Amino acid sequence: MTVSPATDAFLELRDLRIHFPTDDGLVKSVDGLSYRLDRGKTLGIVGESGSGKSVTSLGVLGLHNRRNAQVSGEIWLDGLELVSAPEDVVRGLRGKKMAMIFQDPLSAMHPYYTIGNQIIEAYRIHNKVSKSVARKHAIDMLGRVGIPQPDRRVDDYPHEFSGGMRQRAMIAMALSCDPELLIADEPTTALDVTVQAQILDLMRDLQREFDSALIIITHDLGVVAELSDDILVMYGGKCIEYGSTDDIFYNPEHPYTWGLLGSMPRLDREPTDRLQPIKGTPPSLINVPPGCAFSPRCPYGSRTGGLSTGEVPELTESRGGHKVRCHMPPAERRSIWESDVKPMLETT
Amino acid sequence: MVTYIIRRLIAAILMLLIVSMVTFAIFFLVPRLAGATPEGMASRYVGRTASEETAKLAAERLGFNDPVIVQYGNYVKGIVFGAEYDYGPGVETCPAPCLGYSFITRQPVWPDLLDRMPVTFSLAVGAAVIWVLVGVGIGVVSALKRGSLFDRAAMTVALAGVSLPIFFTGLISLVALSYGNPFSIFAQGGHYTPITENPIMWAYNLILPWVTLAFLFAAGYARLTRAGMLDTMNEDYIRTARAKGLAERVVVTKHGLRGALTPIITIFGLDFGLLIGGAVLTESTYSLQGLGKYAVDAITNNDLPKVMGVTLLTAVFVIVANLIVDLLYAVVDPRVRLS
Ligand SMILES: Nc1ncnc2c1ncn2[C@@H]1O[C@H](COP(=O)(O)OP(=O)(O)O)[C@@H](O)[C@H]1O
Ligand SMILES: [Mg+2]
Repeated sequence: MTVSPATDAFLELRDLRIHFPTDDGLVKSVDGLSYRLDRGKTLGIVGESGSGKSVTSLGVLGLHNRRNAQVSGEIWLDGLELVSAPEDVVRGLRGKKMAMIFQDPLSAMHPYYTIGNQIIEAYRIHNKVSKSVARKHAIDMLGRVGIPQPDRRVDDYPHEFSGGMRQRAMIAMALSCDPELLIADEPTTALDVTVQAQILDLMRDLQREFDSALIIITHDLGVVAELSDDILVMYGGKCIEYGSTDDIFYNPEHPYTWGLLGSMPRLDREPTDRLQPIKGTPPSLINVPPGCAFSPRCPYGSRTGGLSTGEVPELTESRGGHKVRCHMPPAERRSIWESDVKPMLETT
Repeated sequence: MVTYIIRRLIAAILMLLIVSMVTFAIFFLVPRLAGATPEGMASRYVGRTASEETAKLAAERLGFNDPVIVQYGNYVKGIVFGAEYDYGPGVETCPAPCLGYSFITRQPVWPDLLDRMPVTFSLAVGAAVIWVLVGVGIGVVSALKRGSLFDRAAMTVALAGVSLPIFFTGLISLVALSYGNPFSIFAQGGHYTPITENPIMWAYNLILPWVTLAFLFAAGYARLTRAGMLDTMNEDYIRTARAKGLAERVVVTKHGLRGALTPIITIFGLDFGLLIGGAVLTESTYSLQGLGKYAVDAITNNDLPKVMGVTLLTAVFVIVANLIVDLLYAVVDPRVRLS
């Protein structure tokens, strides 16, 4: 175990790497990721699918099977390092200190147990109480996440709930032990737009109420716009831009982030022309292209004089905590944003 | 839920009717179509040595000249109210439920079946307990340790288990473990002590047949369980269970195995239902006087009413077992209750 001083942050990842050896080669799903998060704050992690967002969060909860995942780096949670901690210790924290909300609540809940039983189970793992006390707690939690008639619905099975209600129940389950860290992995992706907004409102309210640290993972910048304090943009298993929500929305410096902004669905635009998806596909995590992982898709790669295909750029601080992983000089990035990209995003 | 039960019940009763018709047709209609005369069929009842005259009379009295529908009606009537067989020289009574009357042994079939049931039932229950525990247990461990030495060894043995016939494994076990060469630990074939008389001897005498029979089934169950567990342990809800902080043992049993159980229950219902209708090979190999041996003997002696009776009884067992499985389904999988 590396002896590093504990951190004053509530959650801090240092150079986290999660690699999967497979028959086709080593899949570098997370490759040197670092971030920190304080209590009561919300971090949005954004990136196209396949960029390593889910693998990261499962890694924080220690849910990777050590037999097929190589995990290195450090995860500090409230003064405890989790990567080197024994499995039993990490399991004791799961559900209690840190909890997770999954993307598709229908498949993430056991089809054979009632909603109530699944919440009761979660509660009783960490609280030595009788079933009836736990049941009262489950009903209480269901009520708090806005499920009508919770004392009746508690005995329903997941398939008897609507999608939105199911996600509320999932949130109730995750919050049942009052966790200090809550990770929501694409919590609204499986839901339709109106329900999405309700769930996001609910999560914001609950976070204030429980004062937990919240990580929201999404492929849609719009989801985290109002919720998060900071945003981390992930690409090819790495952080390529990190900053406050204002930095990311008003002064984004990475061409990939520009692309994400351009492909963001917005209510004030016509649905037909709202999307400008980024051309090309995310890189294979087995054979990451040499140099900048985004270079094959980057419209500005030629401006770096071959650097972008030759060398992996470092994540460097641009100004005031805003970090960018790009070979272009900061002044050039800002001028492209101001003169080319921003006006285009505003007019379309 | 109530409508689900009623629907299943009606289906089971219909199934029973159809099965009884088909069985009846196989035993009484097909021979006729194949050219057997009523006299020929009747001669089986009164013995081949009887004169043509007697056979003709018997055919008339036993109703072999009636239309098949009427014959079937009489058969069903016999099951419900009992029957009397007037075959000329005398009258034989067959009280309800009359599943036929053997003119060879001059016995109604039903008491015979009742007599044989405990043997077959003991054999089936004991073997089932062993194969479910061993098969499911090995399947779970194999799935969790996929690719390990244990997994590969278990699956090789299981493959042997499903492909080796009972009379082979059974005879080997008898020769090796009970006829004194090299070990003479277990009872030789042909012994059966009712459990009410002496439970220890009951178990002792049945151990070899249990294990032999269980080996065959355990092999299949291990493979089925392994496949099911590999599927369910990849489900999202397993990840959720782990994310709650559940101990891995609970994740595997309460969440994983529970999810993999449905197909196992289905197969078990079929297997068990079929088995309590007679474990033909095992009973023959170990000379146990169960329903399977009864059926074999009846076929050898060309004793049609007995064959028919035991066939129908087996069908009833299978249908009832299926009904129970259907009802269990609704208990195991709440989604079934809705549809
Ligand atoms: N157990 C695993 N073995 C091999 N590759 C994996 C495994 N889990 C995830 N990956 C790969 O890691 C990459 C990142 O996945 P993920 O974190 O789920 O992306 P997303 O950003 O969409 O959540 C994907 O290419 C995926 O195929
Ligand atoms: Mg994901």
